[in-house]
Amino acid sequence: MTWVMNNLELILDLTLQHIRLSLLPIVLGFVIALPLGWLAFRYRLTRGLVLTLVGLLYTIPSLALFVVLPPLLGIGFLSEANVLIALTIYAVAIMARSVADALASVDPDIRQAATAMGYSSWNRFWTVDLPLAGPVLLAGLRVVAVSTVSLLTVGIVVGVQSLGYLFTNGFQRGILASVLTGVVMTVIVALIFDRLLALLGARLMPWTRARERRMATPTAEVTA
Amino acid sequence: MNLFGDAVAWLLDPANWQGSGSIGQRLAEHLAFTSIAVVVGVLIAVPLGWWIGHTGRGKELVVGITGAARALPSFGLIFLFVMLVGIGLRVPAAVVVLMLLAIPPVLAGAYAGFEVIDRRTIDAARAMGMTEWQILWKVEVPLGLPLLFGGLRSAVLQVVATAVLIAYIGLGGLGYDIVQGIQLRRYDQMLGSALLIIALALLLDAIFAILERYSVPRGVRAGRATDVRTTPTGRRATADEPATT
Repeated sequence: MTWVMNNLELILDLTLQHIRLSLLPIVLGFVIALPLGWLAFRYRLTRGLVLTLVGLLYTIPSLALFVVLPPLLGIGFLSEANVLIALTIYAVAIMARSVADALASVDPDIRQAATAMGYSSWNRFWTVDLPLAGPVLLAGLRVVAVSTVSLLTVGIVVGVQSLGYLFTNGFQRGILASVLTGVVMTVIVALIFDRLLALLGARLMPWTRARERRMATPTAEVTA
Repeated sequence: MNLFGDAVAWLLDPANWQGSGSIGQRLAEHLAFTSIAVVVGVLIAVPLGWWIGHTGRGKELVVGITGAARALPSFGLIFLFVMLVGIGLRVPAAVVVLMLLAIPPVLAGAYAGFEVIDRRTIDAARAMGMTEWQILWKVEVPLGLPLLFGGLRSAVLQVVATAVLIAYIGLGGLGYDIVQGIQLRRYDQMLGSALLIIALALLLDAIFAILERYSVPRGVRAGRATDVRTTPTGRRATADEPATT
């Protein structure tokens, strides 16, 4: 506890740095995954291609990716860009599949009704498909956020400062409190992202809250 | 691109395959840690997941464990466990952390495999006079196998990827050459072992993908083929019926 008190400023600094670095891969991953997921949902041929590609990318262990990316892209091994690009790749890999599942979760009858009402496919995507796919999209985005926050800690091995610093530095100097603080703070940051996204979802999709409340009663009875 | 040439040259150099600390030894260490952790994880998670799936008790536990596991930084856990038990016991500490990573996906796969089985199939088995034990082994386990192998596949990937990091507590494995390469600034060595790690991950993923596909019971595969022809009426009839009673 005294270690934490003496190092509050360092812990706070690293936490803020951790939040800052996590944001970009999460946002960028979502933006890139949207068209990819749509391709995976819409055409049979691209479905196989996209899902296989993201599946293979997701298979690559993070430390190996940090080593392979620099010579491929001509970026510095010890640069923030290296870690951010790697994390964005993982985010896209998780999210593209989620987007495809989310679009598939929309009732085809609703899609047909929108088309019958004269929606162009572009308008229908943004005003009908996407909002209705929202709950599944949100679930995917929450997984992306939590795993990005957790994976970012490995970035310390290529010199990118985050809460991971508390792991390597604490281990080298034999300070258990440092490593423990790092683990606890990483989990807290992940939970904050998760809660914020859930709140944002409830804000943007008020209808899901009503449905949850309606559905809550029968399920409660079943489990009881 | 020249760097990749150097990396392949490093991988193929016979000198790097001999003596202690050879690539072969690192690969063996990596596979040993991975397989021990996965096997122990399976021994714990599969019976628990099957029990939860069969009785329907403790579903919240599965959701809770899989959700919480995602937030835990495995890199930090490795250091934390080693410091807790002491550097002399770092081998079991590493195995425990890797095993903890293997449990959530296997548990979820074992449980979900039972959960997706049509309740009427199990009711039919019971009506035919099967004992609970027979229902478990002759109905639920075979039908749940594909999802169990799916969970096993994610577990193996997770463990193989994280086993790269045990080099940081001095336990070797394929991550060793990356860690040493960073210190010695030898990019050919780092890149060579990174490529080997990626190849290993892809190979294991492919093996488990095949297992996943071939674990679908023959009866189910045959049933699926007829399902295509009867889709319009068949699927509606099942979809409108509540799955849980």
